[in-house]
Amino acid sequence: MTRSDQTRDDALERVLGPTGPEVTCDQCFELLDEYVDLELSGAGADRKLAGVRTHFEGCPACREDYESLRDLVTAEGRTPGDQSG
Amino acid sequence: MTIAVYPRRVVERAPTEERPRPPADAETEWWLDALRAEGPEREHAVARLHELMLKAARFEVGRRRAALSHVRGEQLDDIAMQAANDALMAVLAKLDEFRGASRFTTWAYKFALLEAGVKLRRRAWQEREVVLEPETWAGLADRTSSVHEQLEGTETLERLKHAVDSALTPRQRRVFVALALNEVPIDVLSERLDTTRGALYKTLHDARRKLRRELE
Repeated sequence: MTRSDQTRDDALERVLGPTGPEVTCDQCFELLDEYVDLELSGAGADRKLAGVRTHFEGCPACREDYESLRDLVTAEGRTPGDQSG
Repeated sequence: MTIAVYPRRVVERAPTEERPRPPADAETEWWLDALRAEGPEREHAVARLHELMLKAARFEVGRRRAALSHVRGEQLDDIAMQAANDALMAVLAKLDEFRGASRFTTWAYKFALLEAGVKLRRRAWQEREVVLEPETWAGLADRTSSVHEQLEGTETLERLKHAVDSALTPRQRRVFVALALNEVPIDVLSERLDTTRGALYKTLHDARRKLRRELE
């Protein structure tokens, strides 16, 4: 497969979205804080909250909300689950 | 102040395993106790919560500043303050819905980030036209979008055009072309169509499923 074929296929996949089971936008927002704290504490966010990561692949807005929350909590420099807060 | 963008509570069970909740950390306990108290203790907690919401909203403004270089600094400060105000009201209104699945601050931050993100996406697109009326791909598609450019001149694009025009309903076509092809932010489209992010994503999801079937 040439590079241009790969670019074309990637673009088509992006347009057609993920194929696996995913949560809705409402469910994503409901689970977002839990997902981020689980991820940052290395507690298996994707295993415990199935369908969230897949939703990020199809919904740029929810993915941006996730990235902002993850980066803000990370910037605070505290690991979720510690008791020092 | 308006609280317009929050999803309804999830009524279907999310695809997650049932599991016991961890005990709340000391900081979370403090927030819940203080916000449920009365008098000066609550007032102090609400003021601190507002500071937290403003910090999160300004964080989001900072992330998006490059894409908003045409917007004056005072306007961005106003947007951050409006987002913090709206998020504060939402957190207080939804306090009893906090499930303890995360730190309280992580839970509260997501409201401020959502408010700020939605407002900033809409501000960035305020002067831009979103074409929604024509009934075919040719009338709707933005040929300068990155997706269109990457598919330009390929058989894939021709097959996709045909599938969009033949398999989708008019609403699915409008939503799919705007979101997936023209890369209009979903919160911008939800405002123009007077609907919600969740409803639009459902339409997009259904359209994508139809197109995958057509293209197989």
